Amino acid sequence: MSDDAATAEDVRHVADLARVDLDDDEVDDFAEQFADILEYFDALDDVPTVDTDADLVNVMRPDEEHDCLDREDALGNAEGTEDGYFKGPNVS
Amino acid sequence: MSDDIFITRETVEGADDGPLADTTVAVKDNISTEGVRTTCGSEMLADYVPPYDATVVSRLKEAGATIVGKTNMDEFGMGTTTETSAFGATENPVAPGHVPGGSSGGSAAAVAAGEADVALGSDTGGSIRCPAAFCGVAGIKPTYGVVSRYGLVAYANSLEQIGPLAPTVEEAAALLDVIAGPDPKDATTRDPERSAPYVDAADGDVDGMTVGVPTELVDGADEGVLETFEDALDDLRAQGVEVVDVSLESVEYAVQAYYVIAMSEASSNLARFDGVRYGNSGGYDGNWNEVFGEAREEGFGAEVKRRVLLGTYALSAGYHDKYYKQAQNARAWVKQDFDEAFADVDVLASPTMPVPPMALGESLSDPLTMYLADANTVPVNLADLPAVSVPAGETDGLPVGMQFVAPAFDEATAIRAASALD
Repeated sequence: MSDDAATAEDVRHVADLARVDLDDDEVDDFAEQFADILEYFDALDDVPTVDTDADLVNVMRPDEEHDCLDREDALGNAEGTEDGYFKGPNVS
Repeated sequence: MSDDIFITRETVEGADDGPLADTTVAVKDNISTEGVRTTCGSEMLADYVPPYDATVVSRLKEAGATIVGKTNMDEFGMGTTTETSAFGATENPVAPGHVPGGSSGGSAAAVAAGEADVALGSDTGGSIRCPAAFCGVAGIKPTYGVVSRYGLVAYANSLEQIGPLAPTVEEAAALLDVIAGPDPKDATTRDPERSAPYVDAADGDVDGMTVGVPTELVDGADEGVLETFEDALDDLRAQGVEVVDVSLESVEYAVQAYYVIAMSEASSNLARFDGVRYGNSGGYDGNWNEVFGEAREEGFGAEVKRRVLLGTYALSAGYHDKYYKQAQNARAWVKQDFDEAFADVDVLASPTMPVPPMALGESLSDPLTMYLADANTVPVNLADLPAVSVPAGETDGLPVGMQFVAPAFDEATAIRAASALD
């Protein structure tokens, strides 16, 4: 995209991947801004590969039962629930 | 005027006694508070009421603190001015007509305006230090892993830490003592060896300390900001500090790397907001995927959409290596550069922000210019390091902050250096 500036079609494509609808004005604004921002990101092409010795450790815990969030509380912010479950739109 | 500082004003009393028994605390609105709505400055979560407390909130309550409200912020922490909030902008209480900085602008403004004794913010790329600098208060971004992120609504989880804002470095350090420490609910927390409380380091004893000034973080800064910064360095020299120039070549790529990583993590983290379990559903009916797209169009503001889309793009097939992988390489390089610099100096200093507070309304139309203002703060998050912003003076009546960066888990050194300017 950065070789040839971001197009409205590119913006619509990522918006579809990200499940964010956009109106036509937003698509045009974003196409213009993305071209500038992605051109700025192109500088990353010049970054060398760095040998790293990452200081990583596994963090383990015993697999034990403990109290957890009450079911009613967990469902408290949902718009739709049924029989103690979240209720979402159709998957089709 | 202080009406624009809080999104929700609600008093929560803590325990009867404890180190914060007589202290009021304002809490950024992306930190979960049981029974008190937590919006992240977003229409998406306008009615969201968490069923549990963040670990830091539990610790505030146990320490006896009184929470006075949830503060305004850039939507999901995405901004440098607090203007991307769905609840409107916050005016800088010490620089009328100007932004308070962001994204923890409400928290810094609450402290500056005396609406709370101290406050909690979160810092993903400077979101504690920037508003601290712009509002003339102190702020600490802890080393990654020092403070639990349990209950912090994620924006870019590999970069962010919760931290304190306060009138002085000493008070900020005392608040850090309350919230820091390992948490079984956040596997990224660490238990670093500490010989003394953080607050003990705020003794201003900098005699014999070596402070490095990265030339890359000074070149290009606003002239008035630089003058104030130089005056503060002179103040430190008079207290026995040796000031030396250092070079951090990699930071020229830090803003690009930060935004690629933060946007990529945001695109993943914000995928949870589909309006089913919590958040705005829009009440739409029909196919799952289409309904989500509609709910998210309605719930997210422009800056959040921009970052989610750019992050999705940076992670998509064909572009992952060009953007995300190179950004991770840059992150490793920045870390290495800092490590090398700390072989010769105790602490690094720069202006916290290269510019004074922007006028309200000035930054919203040009996102790239807003991103560039983060040049001095984002390297610290990429390198997981601790940093303190302390008021250094003013330029044309506008506050200027000075940032001190220390090696990982050496909060004490940054606190000590900054406290010399308290």
